[in-house]
Amino acid sequence: MTTQASSSSQAAQTSASRASASQTSDERVVHVLEFPGGYTRSTGPVIGRFLTGLRSGRLFGVRMPDGRVLVPPTEYDPQTAAALGTADEDWVEVGPAGTVTTWTWVDDPRPDHPLDRPFAWALIRPDGADTALLHAVDSGSKAAMATGMRVHPTWRAERTGAVKDIACFAPGEGPAEVPALVPAPDGEAELEPVSMVTLPHRLEYRLRGGTVWNHFIDGMAVGQIRGTRCAKCGKVFVPPRGACPGDGVPATEWVDLPDTGVLTTFAVNNVPAAGAPEVPFISGYVLLDGADIAMLALVSDVPWQEVRIGMRVRGVWVPDAERTRSVKNLKWFAPTGEPDVPFEQFEEYV
Amino acid sequence: MGNRCAVIGVGQTKYRTKRADVSLAGMVREAALAALEDAGLTFADIDSVVVGKAPDMFEGVATPELYLADALGAVGKPMMRVHTAGSVGGSTTLVGASQVQAGLHERVLVVAFEKQSESNATWALSTHSPFSASLVVGAGGYFAPYIRAYIRRSGAPANIGMMVAVKDRINALRNPYAHLKIPNIDLAMVEESMMLWDPIRYLETCPSSDGAVAMVLASERAAEAAGAATGRPPAWVHGAAMRSEPMGMSGRDSVDPRAGRDCAADVYRQAGVTEPRRQFATAEVYVPFSWYEPMWLENLGFAEKGSGWKLTEAGATAFDGDIPWNPSGGVLSSNPIGASGMIRFAEAAQQVRGQAGEHQVAAAVDGSRLALGHAYGGGSQFFAMWAVGARKP
Amino acid sequence: MRDVAVVAFAQSEHSFSDLGWTEADLVMPLVNEVLSVTGMDRSEIGFTCSGSNDYLVGTPFSFVAALDTIGAWPPIAESHVEQDGAWALYEAWVRMQHGDIDAALVYGFGKGTIGDQVGISSLSYDPYYLAPLVPGHIAMAGLQARALKDAGFDVDPDPTPPPATDGAAAVILAAGEVARRVCSRPAWITGLDHRIEPHAIGSRDLTHSPSTREAAARAGVRPGVVDFAELHTRFEHEEVLLRRELGLDEKTVVNPSGGPRKADPIMATGLIRIGEAAARIHDGSAQRAVAHAASGPCLQHNLVCVLAADTASDLVSEGER
Repeated sequence: MTTQASSSSQAAQTSASRASASQTSDERVVHVLEFPGGYTRSTGPVIGRFLTGLRSGRLFGVRMPDGRVLVPPTEYDPQTAAALGTADEDWVEVGPAGTVTTWTWVDDPRPDHPLDRPFAWALIRPDGADTALLHAVDSGSKAAMATGMRVHPTWRAERTGAVKDIACFAPGEGPAEVPALVPAPDGEAELEPVSMVTLPHRLEYRLRGGTVWNHFIDGMAVGQIRGTRCAKCGKVFVPPRGACPGDGVPATEWVDLPDTGVLTTFAVNNVPAAGAPEVPFISGYVLLDGADIAMLALVSDVPWQEVRIGMRVRGVWVPDAERTRSVKNLKWFAPTGEPDVPFEQFEEYV
Repeated sequence: MGNRCAVIGVGQTKYRTKRADVSLAGMVREAALAALEDAGLTFADIDSVVVGKAPDMFEGVATPELYLADALGAVGKPMMRVHTAGSVGGSTTLVGASQVQAGLHERVLVVAFEKQSESNATWALSTHSPFSASLVVGAGGYFAPYIRAYIRRSGAPANIGMMVAVKDRINALRNPYAHLKIPNIDLAMVEESMMLWDPIRYLETCPSSDGAVAMVLASERAAEAAGAATGRPPAWVHGAAMRSEPMGMSGRDSVDPRAGRDCAADVYRQAGVTEPRRQFATAEVYVPFSWYEPMWLENLGFAEKGSGWKLTEAGATAFDGDIPWNPSGGVLSSNPIGASGMIRFAEAAQQVRGQAGEHQVAAAVDGSRLALGHAYGGGSQFFAMWAVGARKP
Repeated sequence: MRDVAVVAFAQSEHSFSDLGWTEADLVMPLVNEVLSVTGMDRSEIGFTCSGSNDYLVGTPFSFVAALDTIGAWPPIAESHVEQDGAWALYEAWVRMQHGDIDAALVYGFGKGTIGDQVGISSLSYDPYYLAPLVPGHIAMAGLQARALKDAGFDVDPDPTPPPATDGAAAVILAAGEVARRVCSRPAWITGLDHRIEPHAIGSRDLTHSPSTREAAARAGVRPGVVDFAELHTRFEHEEVLLRRELGLDEKTVVNPSGGPRKADPIMATGLIRIGEAAARIHDGSAQRAVAHAASGPCLQHNLVCVLAADTASDLVSEGER
């Protein structure tokens, strides 16, 4: 403990709400996990060749060492991992019509499904192939689906060399006409073999904050930083935790903390970061008075050249009128102007 | 420690910003097939497969062991997927070794990979819960304050980090697999590179790489058979350990973590190492930012607390020094995150097998000294290490 | 193999809606419960292993927050699988075979209520041919159910998913004398094995599960009476297939706990099967039980654990008498 921290720990008051932080919000927050533009996947030679076939409205498989034909093809035998598809003569055009080997009905299609009306997922073994590929079958009704039924692919005009170049499979022998390829926007006359696919990726989560979070954020909404204390070791954690990391027991006693402390160490960031201030900005660890762990925070209102380890700092808050239930109410920490704290006094908290 | 275990095959891909020529499975197979070839084996000879990588958000393929089972010849066999943050390449190796040490399997294939170009590592690492109270900064912003604290504690001169960067980048020139190769690298070039997260300069950081690494781990019997068949000696495991500690513990030393010290102590106890600087011929240590070399020199007991930088300054860790660190060029030169730890373990094995090629450390091959492989991850809280040697333990 | 037993098992009171639980709510109480039940101190645990999945919550490194709740100080020998906790138990059991540690802690946890399970499960499929179509786990199960129906099995070909569940489980494994000291009736692991099948579902015969059959043979399900079996059947039709591949007869009671159809805290569901099977031995209602865990589309990856009130060496010495 530093002298400074000890003296101010008396100021850290145990709040009356001990162990009774209530769930103050039923609100569910949306968390979106989305990589902008989607994942870019290099296909390698075998998948690329299959997808190039799809772009031209044709289905290909590769011959396995036992003579059977694998569709969709992979660079390896799924049973033995033996390399496949390295020689031209191993490639075989299959289908396009094929047989449903099993299927399942979808009543409520998702926006990311191939069809926007009820359809079947089916494993379809194209004629000439010994294995099946998964795709959608547009049969119109569940009653029209049967194992062993004959289906054929129907093709999109906007084909990019992807599994969705097949719009879906339709009942019957076909073949469906392959619409002329809608040229890519850059109007390339000669199409290169497919070597890259893009997978859009977006997952949505709806979740609630926990009791600890809610009580903490209720404090932040009124400009009060709250921590929790471990019943066993007595250490005070901020941001608060439900469990003491060292002891593995509940840390449920609430402690109101001042917004003053010492900067234990820091970085000068010259790399722009989403949500961060203009560069150069300072990120650093602030050990609040009365807390037993430093928190990662921004430091500002001071030229970056003047930021020091051991500098005393105080929280800078957004004006009362602009406060929300957000950690962002605490904008950053700024120097108090008090004398620096010697390194040795807080070294154990670095 | 259980039964004896040895490395009988090592395979690596070349590490590149973007391996646009291969599929995910193709890239992983490239390393696996190279390891099998080195061991004189095929997939059919393998009893069990262990795959490791860092967060699945890098490639957007969840639990990829399912998809990779076919590609890695795992069908009909046990398959595991390890994830322990940055240390995962090391822990994946140890999970595989454990199956041999337990007497369960004769030959285990361990594989680690990352294809970071499929997305963006900074994006994947900064994805956080809406209920995260902590400021979210990238790896550089996270680790730079620890480095500053180390410099403050040790009183190290400001140029030590730059010396490490130059040394590892020169080493990378001797490694055919290395990603970053800068032939005319010198202190001035590092110093002039942009200060990204003060005190970390651009040329003191690791790249973002695509790549994979694989090893075949074998029982004593299988190792002797492979060595006789291929003429390439095995690397014997003399000590192996993992240690983890909580990230948010009050009083935790993030600069010199106890989990790292305890992990090293466990490995050294098993391997009979009491003087690491003398008993190891070389070390492949996870140094993603240059300053982590002096920090880990101390944490791993190669130097007294506060004086790790003196070894770097004196050139002891250089390729021609008395204890070369990262002769392969290290993480600073190649960083497919989930594979980086296993690359350290594999490079240590290659050194004692005498298979390190142009970056072979001469002192590693005579069998009297060991090589150390090291990985760490999370908030400097997950550690995995092993000591390997040319002689049977 | 060394005699290793499940000596304690705890699971959360699973929730079917999001209660805002964090790892401190999910994991910490269970770890303390299994320690308390055995009377063991943290220092007696030689290895810790957990299972979880980052995509369930949509942020990387889900296991880091969990580690912060289990009292990992002084630092512990620890690892994590991005798989169901049953595989974490497998890793811990393997580690215990080295002979130098006598106890291990295993836990698995997951929140299934907050995310899009069809979207999440689809991300674990072939990223070129399957994931872009977003078929999801229910459709994958449907393909297998239909195949079984077509092959003459009496199953519903239109499977419904198990309830989305938040929850966790923890287990302590102990070896030999330590197990006997901390548990009056240890559930000895007499066999444990897992095997994987091709991911290319169109190349598989979905009416068989050769990986389950192989794992069962290696784990030694037969010969011997199996009183109870806890199977990782997220869908009803999977029971008939697994019963056949495991070689269970009609006398074996399957999922006396209610099974995954009643609660499916993903990444703990498989570990709970082992825990529930062990609990039947602990409470004296079973002499021998089988637990099963599964992963991947159409039961791609299967783990089989045989638990018994007697160790293999007990049986040998009885035979000698």
